[in-house]
Amino acid sequence: MRLRHHKIVRAVLLFAFALTCVVFAGHVAPVLGNTDGVTSIFRPLSQPAQEIKELSLLVLAICGAIFVVVAGLLVYAIIRFRHRAGDEASEPPQVYGSNQIELAWTILPLLIVFVLILVTSRTIADIQNRQAPPSAVHATVIGHQWWWEIRYPELGIVTANELHVPTSDSGGSRPTFIKLQSADVAHSFWVPLLAGKTDLIPNRENLMWIAPTRPGIYPGNCAEYCGTQHARMLIRVVVQPPDEFQQWVRDQQQSAAIETSAAEGRKTFFANSCVNCHTISGTTAQGKFGPDLTHLMSRTTLAAGAAPNMPDSLRKWIRDPQGIKVGSLMPNMQLTDAEVDQVVAYLQTLK
Amino acid sequence: MASQEIALTLNRAPGTSLVDRLHRLVVTVDHKELGLMYIGTALIFLVVAGLMAVAIRLQLAVPNNTLLEPEVFNRFFTMHGTAMVFLVGMPIIAGLGNYLVPLMIGTRDMAFPRLNALGYWMFVFGALLLYFSYLGAPGLNGHGSAPDVGWFAYAPLTGRAFSRGHSTDYWILSLLLTSVGSTVSAINVVVTTLTLRCRGMKLMRMPLFVWMMLVTNFMIILALPSLSAAQIMLLIDRYLGGHFFDTQSGGSAVLWQHFFWIFGHPEVYILIIPGFACLSEIIPVFSRKPIFGYPVMVGATTMIAFISFGVWAHHMFTVGMTSVGNTFFAISTMLVGVPTGIKIFNWLGTIYGGKIRLEIPMIFCLGFLFQFLIAGLTGVMLAVTPFDWQLSDSYFVVAHFHYVLIGGLLYAIFAGLYYWYPKAVGRLLNRKLGLWHFWLFTIGFHLTFDTMHFSGLLGMPRRIFTYDIGRGWEMLNLIGSVGAIFQAVGVLCLVINLIRSLRHGKVAGNDPWDAWTLEWATTSPPPVYNFENIPVVRSRRPLWDVKHPEDPDWKYEDSGEQGESIR
Repeated sequence: MRLRHHKIVRAVLLFAFALTCVVFAGHVAPVLGNTDGVTSIFRPLSQPAQEIKELSLLVLAICGAIFVVVAGLLVYAIIRFRHRAGDEASEPPQVYGSNQIELAWTILPLLIVFVLILVTSRTIADIQNRQAPPSAVHATVIGHQWWWEIRYPELGIVTANELHVPTSDSGGSRPTFIKLQSADVAHSFWVPLLAGKTDLIPNRENLMWIAPTRPGIYPGNCAEYCGTQHARMLIRVVVQPPDEFQQWVRDQQQSAAIETSAAEGRKTFFANSCVNCHTISGTTAQGKFGPDLTHLMSRTTLAAGAAPNMPDSLRKWIRDPQGIKVGSLMPNMQLTDAEVDQVVAYLQTLK
Repeated sequence: MASQEIALTLNRAPGTSLVDRLHRLVVTVDHKELGLMYIGTALIFLVVAGLMAVAIRLQLAVPNNTLLEPEVFNRFFTMHGTAMVFLVGMPIIAGLGNYLVPLMIGTRDMAFPRLNALGYWMFVFGALLLYFSYLGAPGLNGHGSAPDVGWFAYAPLTGRAFSRGHSTDYWILSLLLTSVGSTVSAINVVVTTLTLRCRGMKLMRMPLFVWMMLVTNFMIILALPSLSAAQIMLLIDRYLGGHFFDTQSGGSAVLWQHFFWIFGHPEVYILIIPGFACLSEIIPVFSRKPIFGYPVMVGATTMIAFISFGVWAHHMFTVGMTSVGNTFFAISTMLVGVPTGIKIFNWLGTIYGGKIRLEIPMIFCLGFLFQFLIAGLTGVMLAVTPFDWQLSDSYFVVAHFHYVLIGGLLYAIFAGLYYWYPKAVGRLLNRKLGLWHFWLFTIGFHLTFDTMHFSGLLGMPRRIFTYDIGRGWEMLNLIGSVGAIFQAVGVLCLVINLIRSLRHGKVAGNDPWDAWTLEWATTSPPPVYNFENIPVVRSRRPLWDVKHPEDPDWKYEDSGEQGESIR
């Protein structure tokens, strides 16, 4: 009876273990595989991330080998030297140590560490000491609670939450160098497919670079806890072929469109304190606290990825920002439904 | 057996009323009672902070969950982290040290019994102050509740501009209090170890547990002032117009990070070395062999302590240090792996050739070995700076340090609880419940934390209250949350076991494990004065010498031989 009970327990445990293995196998796949939308650091599409991946695989291989050897020894020792019937009679031989063996397992790890240090310092220098070629695009990303201000000082563009960059060939001919700053607390810029993360720290300027080779939209997050809406501080890097990027630059350099169709909404916008925080170029709205709205409609999301940029969600966002993003610093302007509709209509002209 | 039952009942001081017993708790300066009070209080906070973790896992179980408001979530992970480090890890270490060090070195109490009580009560009131923030922190203007700045409270999020109300003040003041408590308790352990050892117990004859406690408490004395200083500077910033960390007036946010991690990284070793200490006692006893390479273990522990003060900036690889700085801290961090590896090998060497008794303490130790091995290897990965640029502040890091602190430290603490409970209570913990505890907790642990490595590799940052569909995180998080439930039920088994065995456990006797250190030479529980006669020792395993007069340890130790060679 007792024996059967034990067998059942053992079977249940084995089953649980097998199930776990299956589930894991299923979920290791997206880490290495090529699934859409998944931002695995092991399928990078840009230069620094690529270099990091190669180093990481080497480190993983070394660590994996160490694990197999040590865990194997442990399992062997536990099985081989487990307690057996009759063992109570005597104690095993009392061994106090062995200088040779201990010297061996001091020197061997030291050698491994030496190899790791060499490859690590090489990669650090390679990534960190890269100089910007003359062809490089320069952008400045400024972290805010909880959105990203993006500037291209040389191109005279200010936008938010979506960093546009041109593709680079595999030699990294046209990288984008990004200056990182913060307007309030510490943030961190992390787009796993393109590069490792670098912090945005107030009173300090950090530098990173990317050289993506394939067009696409690459999602990322703020990776340093920055307050209430840390989770909803999403960044997108839009990688475009050079000519498409040039077109985007030309579009962004235009002043805001003035369409007569949305005159009422325009009036409402400028009559309220929207203008104290937002800039619309070519108008009296020159606020710096919130995102630049000059070409709002060229962006795909609102509130740093908290909602898609659709008329409906724009309406909800203006009527009650807290309803979409609790803690957001954008106030509820207490507009009537009609006024909200007008403002939405106006904002939709900002292409 | 019957007479032992009677003795146990008598030991419980019959006829004392509840008031008397509570009064005794408040006024006691006995190292054993204080030790148990430390451990008991820490276990209560383990449950509280553990339930917060369960709430966090429930919120993250599915994408775009609205179970917890973002503010509530942020408070939960802050309180969870702060409580687990300062209200669970630190006091449980102080408790084990307090209870066991005097017994192991053969003395009657700590060097400063009243200071000991002071340390405990500082910790208790600091802890209560931290949780009181839920009521007190809103202050007059209604902002804030419990602290919500994360357990490392990066500037300038803690400045008055970004953290209004008093939540951050509660975080600062409660930790200042517990830090004072930890420091005096550490001084006490160091002085006790250095001055009160029984006759014949040279430093190199101390049990490894005592050695490691000595090192850890030295580290506490050296590391905590950095945190306390930074916290006082932050208070000055917040209330006296200072600008140390106030970036809007030219202060430095990175300065806080340096201060914090100069404390924070040694803190990790302060927490894990006592885990090593438990293992170094338990593994030999259940392998029936002395620890392999005692002097090397002592040396490796000391090396870890030294190196750990020179690695702090590996928490800051992403703040934009120079490539030289990054390389330096990568090197120093990897070097920690060497003495740590030596320890794992030495435990392996201890097991090898033994006769392993799979009692519950030993099972937890074996769990530790596998899990700590993985934790160490992911630590090496994180030390590789460019790899860390991807992994830092992601769920991979969360997985790594939970592997260290749960898979490592907590397993060692569990092992220690099962091992020394019979000494403290006089009764053994139930084996069957112990097995349930081990298996449920281990399955839960792996479900929760193995998956986190993968979500980290898939780009999931830590401390987010929710996430969107589509980046491959959904199933991993769901599995992780299921694991949390397993762990909670596992801990429930432990709690039931701890309470039930107080009265219904099998009577242990003085030396239930056939062990070799001095605490097993006295009764269970030990009398107030610990030993009727202060023992005299001639080797590292005094009880082995007593039990095996034909083949005592001191013969080998005095002659400097290594014993029998390995087969």
